[in-house]
Amino acid sequence: MDFMVFQYPMISVQACLDGILLGILFALIAYGMALQWGVMNIINIAQGDLVILGGYIAYFMYLYGIHPAWGVIVAPIIMYFIGVGLYKLVINKVVDRDLFISILATFGISILFMQLMNFAFGADVVLANSGYGTTFLFDSAVVLPNSKIFSAFISILFAICLVIYMKKSKLGRAIRATAQNARAAKILGVDTEKVYAATFGINAALCGVAGALISITFTIHPYMGLPYTIRSFMIVIVAGLGNLPGVALSGMGLGVFEEFADYILGTEFRIGAVFLLLVLILVYRRFKLSRKREYLK
Amino acid sequence: MINKNFILYAAILVFGITAPFIFPAFKVQLSILCVLIVLALTWNIQGGEMGYNTFGNILFYGLGMYLCASVQVGMFFPLAEWTESGGEKTFVHTPVQFFQGMAVGLVVAAVVPTIVAGLIGYSILGLRGHYFAICTLGLGVAAGEISGGIEIIGAGQGFTTPPFPDVGGLEARGEFFYFLSFLAVVLTFIAVKSIYATRFKLILNAIRDNEDKAEAMGIQTMKYKIIGWMISAFFCGLAGGIMGGLVGYIDSTDVAFDGREMGVFMVLMAILGGKGTLWGPVIGATVFHIFKEGFWTFFLGWQYVALGVLIVVIVIYFPEGIMGWLREKYPERFGEVVDEADRKAQVELK
Repeated sequence: MDFMVFQYPMISVQACLDGILLGILFALIAYGMALQWGVMNIINIAQGDLVILGGYIAYFMYLYGIHPAWGVIVAPIIMYFIGVGLYKLVINKVVDRDLFISILATFGISILFMQLMNFAFGADVVLANSGYGTTFLFDSAVVLPNSKIFSAFISILFAICLVIYMKKSKLGRAIRATAQNARAAKILGVDTEKVYAATFGINAALCGVAGALISITFTIHPYMGLPYTIRSFMIVIVAGLGNLPGVALSGMGLGVFEEFADYILGTEFRIGAVFLLLVLILVYRRFKLSRKREYLK
Repeated sequence: MINKNFILYAAILVFGITAPFIFPAFKVQLSILCVLIVLALTWNIQGGEMGYNTFGNILFYGLGMYLCASVQVGMFFPLAEWTESGGEKTFVHTPVQFFQGMAVGLVVAAVVPTIVAGLIGYSILGLRGHYFAICTLGLGVAAGEISGGIEIIGAGQGFTTPPFPDVGGLEARGEFFYFLSFLAVVLTFIAVKSIYATRFKLILNAIRDNEDKAEAMGIQTMKYKIIGWMISAFFCGLAGGIMGGLVGYIDSTDVAFDGREMGVFMVLMAILGGKGTLWGPVIGATVFHIFKEGFWTFFLGWQYVALGVLIVVIVIYFPEGIMGWLREKYPERFGEVVDEADRKAQVELK
């Protein structure tokens, strides 16, 4: 452990800025998680693997000479259809059942995706170089890659578009109605099966965007999916379902926490710190609720 | 009925004792099967009887594995130098040292996870349903990541457990570990069976069916949940200790805290056999192990794909498991009285 981070204030600024830009990306993934959790009442362990798959789509475009930033447009389109296909094959059978069934089934999908990606793309850590250069702030004391700023900007753009879409469009209204009361929505003529498929597709598309951005900004690897699932789960339970500003804020908080954990504990403990934080948050909420004799539902 | 059961148990016991001599080539596989049965049985106490579906029993398994090996080495030699030397052995256990170390190590491997379960039980078991599942998943992964960063137990490069001493060669090693794990199965089975005959099991079932009502009936659910978890942890740690010696090499994320393999296998075996039954996990583990070994041998490289598909198929199409299926087919065997006319009417309705 070294405490450089406390001796040099600029490192703290660097970590905060990095964390916030990273956290915006996490919030985008978490928004998809909250969407499917709220609408379909399933917890998707394969969320992180969808993200990584989106990243590989952008990486492949990069390999074939197309600028990976176009992946932000191509990946969600491909991922939408993958999401809908996944829904038709597996997810529609777990929607009305026990949550543990959905956790276990999506865990199976996660293992399957992990290995298929490992076959298709190899087990190397890869990144798609965007060639955006870097920005120097405060006399070069803080270094920010432009790709990170770009990815945060695109994430915010997609999130805003989605919020407007959910508010205004017919499908968006149907999704919100189904989330409120699936039976009533069915009675009023909403085809809930279609709504579920579309929700899962939108979630997968969001994962695709986030994955494409991650492949530009950070690195991707077939086995790196689970931490993204856990992060988005954590963000959702901290913020609560359907609380969009909360999702954004807790995403940034998590990003900053991770960057500081990285500096203080060392990179090898970064993922461990994320998982421990999850346990601590859940335990904290359990004690907070038990004072009122309630429990997490 | 008692007579019939007695014959069954005697037959299994005789088969278990003679198995390594009948199938000498499969000694290691049979030992692994025994460990898997122990894990499935202990998971069933949690997931099947208590309704707390955990992914976190891998924590106790990995803890037991590291503890057993560390004690076995640390009793006689400096632990740090042992792990630093890696594969090249600078210290050699004499046979007496090896067995002494193994015995003490297994006791520690079983007791410490039990204490850990007791300590963290109050905070973790207050969570319900899927929060509990995800929290325990996080615990398992966190333990793997953190133990991968600790130098004294080998960090990323792994920990080589003491090699079997030079008495009787490879045959003796296989037989030793087989009988050790078989003993563990017998112990676990007897313990689980006797637990299931008591009021304790009924309390666990009450917690599974409706925890709030159980509490309203005056049962201190938290106390029983913690005790249930501690029993699970005890046998999980024991199984981990044996497995560590059997594999001979401990890696933090690939062997000890292997949530992707062992952590899911436990759940899968218990569900495949039938949750909430005594024999379900045993049958499930056996079927699963045979299937897995077949797949691992003939479809090398595709095993995780097969595993993923298998999980999805079992969970979606076969959630009642083999015992549940048998129960539906032959309800009389399970002591359920079925009215013949009623059954016929049902068949006609179908």
